[in-house]
Amino acid sequence: MKAAVNEKLILQGLANNDKKAIETIYKENYNMVQALVVNNSGSADDAKDIFQETLIVLYEKVKSGTFELNCQIKTYVYSVSRRLWLKRLMHQNRFNLNPDSHEEVVSVEEDLEEHERRDSEFVLMEKAINNLGEPCKSLLEAFYMQKKNMQEIAASFGYTNPDNAKNQKYKCLMRLKKLFFTQYKTES
Amino acid sequence: MMDDIKIMDAVERYINGQMNPDERVYFEQLRKSSPDIDQLVVEHTFFLHQLNRFDETKKLKHQLDDIHIDLAEKGLIRSPRLKGRAKVVYLVNRYKKTAAIAASIAGITVLTMSALIWQVSPVKQQSTELKDLSREIRAIKNQNQQQNREINTIKKNIGAPPAINYTTGGSGFLIDAKGYLVTNAHVIDNATNIAVQHAGGKDYIAKAVYVDKARDLAILKIEDTSFKASGSLPYGIKKTSADIAEPVYTLGYPRNEIVYGEGYLAAKTGYNGDTLTCQIAIAANPGNSGGPILNRNGEVVGILSARQVSVEGAVFATQAKYIYQALSELQKDTSYKKVKLPAASSLKGEDRQQQVKKISEFVYMVKVS
Repeated sequence: MKAAVNEKLILQGLANNDKKAIETIYKENYNMVQALVVNNSGSADDAKDIFQETLIVLYEKVKSGTFELNCQIKTYVYSVSRRLWLKRLMHQNRFNLNPDSHEEVVSVEEDLEEHERRDSEFVLMEKAINNLGEPCKSLLEAFYMQKKNMQEIAASFGYTNPDNAKNQKYKCLMRLKKLFFTQYKTES
Repeated sequence: MMDDIKIMDAVERYINGQMNPDERVYFEQLRKSSPDIDQLVVEHTFFLHQLNRFDETKKLKHQLDDIHIDLAEKGLIRSPRLKGRAKVVYLVNRYKKTAAIAASIAGITVLTMSALIWQVSPVKQQSTELKDLSREIRAIKNQNQQQNREINTIKKNIGAPPAINYTTGGSGFLIDAKGYLVTNAHVIDNATNIAVQHAGGKDYIAKAVYVDKARDLAILKIEDTSFKASGSLPYGIKKTSADIAEPVYTLGYPRNEIVYGEGYLAAKTGYNGDTLTCQIAIAANPGNSGGPILNRNGEVVGILSARQVSVEGAVFATQAKYIYQALSELQKDTSYKKVKLPAASSLKGEDRQQQVKKISEFVYMVKVS
């Protein structure tokens, strides 16, 4: 019972980007995933990739709010990593995975489908932002990500007044939306 | 236009819940009566949601990287630890995590300037589809002519060999601190003399010890005795290919000064599906040819190679793994047995500004006559 409460707290921590919580998940699960990948023709670098992608899947799940983990974190992490690594092996036309140790596995197909969708959206947005060019990229990042106000932005980018910065921000935003939605519509 | 800006501003304040109650009631009525505004609100809510999620995921990825390095360093997970300089870098970063905002603003100015120059400068029409990125270094030519005159006067007195007038050029970077550089084969095409110029402005005479035209790759050796080996190289050279969408940056000499540019890996193959190269979306200027393409860990993933005329921003790069292949070819001649490529980067986890500062020392302008 106590362990279950503890796991719930850790997941809440993950949803809030709490460093301690992420470290705990990392410490308790990384070696297991590394062993899985390395024993199945992967490198330590591959293991790091797979493990971090797994944590992103878990993060997306806890962030969605409606999430109840009906198994241990360890089981979930193992199941997702295993599936992700298998997918990558299949991508390289190698299908065989060494027989499992006695780790328990749960079905994660739905979660991974959702993750794949979000991952492609992430890549789309990344592409769109990188295609923007400067100063648009930095300007929009300052406004939407660093949450700076127009006064600060005008000052740091060298606009004479906030209205001019706002004008430029509007043009940049329209370009970004166009870049994003054109791709988004053709892909979906 | 002015109205559009105001409407967008209102929509954003509405979505973010920053309107006061009266304004909100008014806006909601507007939404009901105008399908256009209603559609805009729906669309923009979705877009902001996407943007937000992108930011969250990106931050999480960085956080995970930091935690990974930290735990590996403390021995709490069984991941390979950092060694040598990388470790010093890690320790410095751990205690000094402040970001250099001023430097990034300077960076923006530089990027804006180079973007302006890029847009203003006319694109040369050529019949060939691929335009090599070599170019005339006029400034250097002039400078050299001036030096020539000076040297000629001296020569009359001491009978020195004739000074060399360098004309075209590109970029190159050290692959062994003992004075071995990589550049593009086309940069040194038909060269009788080759010189490389350090970011500090000093020239060294070099010679080509290996040329592979198929992969557009050449290895140069600095011949000047005045060249001093400068410790170990900060970057590593990656044996595996980079991933699509991986952010990359380059350093090179499109003009008489080192210039930074950033972009991402766009495709794993090059022009017309060429598997020796990969495609990169980066603002490269003529003269960037032969410069390194680095990933965020400071690992060389490619060598910038040529620009396709019809698509602005599409640049091709020879994959870094061919540097290893070129070297093993070169080492069939046993006098080059001691040349050793840097496999590991000591720049992992460092600020981009810091990385660039360290790497600039090892990127050279290649000049040819």
